[in-house]
Amino acid sequence: MKRLIPINLVLPVILIALGILIVVYTANNPTDSLVARMLSYTNMFKALREHFMLMVVSMTGAIIVGVLSGIMLSRPKLYYLGRVVENIVNIGQTVPPLAVLALLFVIMGIGFRMAVFALFLYSILPILRNTFAGIINVQPSIIESAKGMGMSPFRILTRIELPLAFPIIVAGIRTAVVINVGTAAMATFIGGGGLGDLIVAGISLGREMVIFTGAALAALTAILLDHVIGQVEKGLVRWS
Amino acid sequence: MIKLEGITKKFPGLKTPAVDNLDLEVKEGDVCVLVGPSGCGKTTTMKMINRIHEPTSGHIYVNGKNVLKMNPIKLRLDIGYVIQEIGLFPHQTIEENVATVPNEKKWPREKTKQQVDEMLTLVGLDPKIYCRRYPSALSGGQRQRVGVARAMVTNPPIMLMDEPFGAVDPITRARLQNEFLRIQERVSKTIVFVTHDIDEAIKMGDAIAVMREGKIVQYATPNELLSSPANEFVANLVGRNRSIKRLHLIRIREILNGIARPGPATLDMPLDDIRKQIEKSDIRAVMIVDHDNKFKGIIGMNELKKNTGETAADYIHELNQLITEDATLNDALSVMLECGEGYVAVVSENDQYRGIITLGDLLNVVKEEA
Repeated sequence: MKRLIPINLVLPVILIALGILIVVYTANNPTDSLVARMLSYTNMFKALREHFMLMVVSMTGAIIVGVLSGIMLSRPKLYYLGRVVENIVNIGQTVPPLAVLALLFVIMGIGFRMAVFALFLYSILPILRNTFAGIINVQPSIIESAKGMGMSPFRILTRIELPLAFPIIVAGIRTAVVINVGTAAMATFIGGGGLGDLIVAGISLGREMVIFTGAALAALTAILLDHVIGQVEKGLVRWS
Repeated sequence: MIKLEGITKKFPGLKTPAVDNLDLEVKEGDVCVLVGPSGCGKTTTMKMINRIHEPTSGHIYVNGKNVLKMNPIKLRLDIGYVIQEIGLFPHQTIEENVATVPNEKKWPREKTKQQVDEMLTLVGLDPKIYCRRYPSALSGGQRQRVGVARAMVTNPPIMLMDEPFGAVDPITRARLQNEFLRIQERVSKTIVFVTHDIDEAIKMGDAIAVMREGKIVQYATPNELLSSPANEFVANLVGRNRSIKRLHLIRIREILNGIARPGPATLDMPLDDIRKQIEKSDIRAVMIVDHDNKFKGIIGMNELKKNTGETAADYIHELNQLITEDATLNDALSVMLECGEGYVAVVSENDQYRGIITLGDLLNVVKEEA
């Protein structure tokens, strides 16, 4: 209980070691010169860096916008609008990510920024939905007793509603991150870069090792982030 | 003091008002119980006092101040509030829960801590054990206690309680009620207490407002309510065994002075005098005390007739049916029934003799006030 960092470090270490192993092995054992060029350290790190940039920028934006709008929609005055938005969001999530990318490509053109924007839009949905649901599902009796004891609506939000909704909000962020990592691999189709570059190049040139490297790194990232966020949540939520 | 004047509450979409032109005055230090069937408006009435619900029309005064013109947040900070579901914050420890209002009032930390410990001790929870626990680790009864402690921690003069003991089993409920009465005797707060249980109302209330369809049907003391219900609705609510219930309300001390009976005897009195005294007595026995009025025992006619001894000391024997002045008439009755005798001796806590109560006395009390 009293561990300073309540994070289980075994799995992350294994995942990172596995990633390094894949990078080092493929860089040193290319099947031919084409593969050697594509899986050079420079090329792989570039793809990884781009992939992370896509994720970090889009996720940061999505968390800020998703949580804030989720909070706003949960306020009594906007509650009915919130219900409507919740349904729209649910429908929005059924649209395949590739379709979102294609749609935005038509409207906004191509490039890294475009890709970030598309990922951002797609990641807002689970965060917004979970923030909204997490807050409005706090037991009414808890809110009522807080109100009856003289807590202001703002204090109720920050001291009661958000802490209680926190696990659900984090679950939304986890979902968003996992989707984000996968979808970021498609950014390559609109010139966004990332690990998708490796996968698509591998497919078009028929080099399995390249496809495998790109896909494996993306998968490892997704598992790693999912695990880390889960552990952070566990460490912060002690009451359940 | 709490005063409601012409309070009406209409909820949107409902034809009949939930509370209909209601007047109510609660004296300082009194427990006022609002009782009635579901949907009679009792909870709504209570929740208008701290403006969880806003009245449609009418005035509410708390200690002379017009509540409807006050800042609701400030108003609520000085009114203790307990609801049936308790509403403990599951993500906070017991200590943090109880410290809610002090934190809202920005009390210094040491003062808060001290007060929280004191309150938890008062409701019978050891702060050393429970402070760091979360509500999920507590039993239902313990949560109720925490709820009460949380409402009382800043010592508000007024408390609103909505079925605070509703969600626990009957045994725990009785214990919590008794503890609450014990605490209330010490702190004497002005309390508005909502319940649907008439027995709880009679037990807890100094004054009871029986409500029906948004109106007060009768506002009276528990004793008045039982002895003279205003109409059939109230009579049905309090039930058929009203007289038994009233025995719960009256303490032995209250009727003891009104009963004239020959005093006790001492052991050094001549046997003839004792015999005469027993003959006068309606229980065919006499209580024996020493010169400090300390209760010693009883001498009955039957023993005396056997003529087996010379002095009173030879005839005295112990008495089982003893009771203190603070007990209720119902307690006295159950002691009599248990022992199969028509009387009990009343003694003080340090065994001073106070008198006797007979079955006939109980009948007289019930008859008098009926």
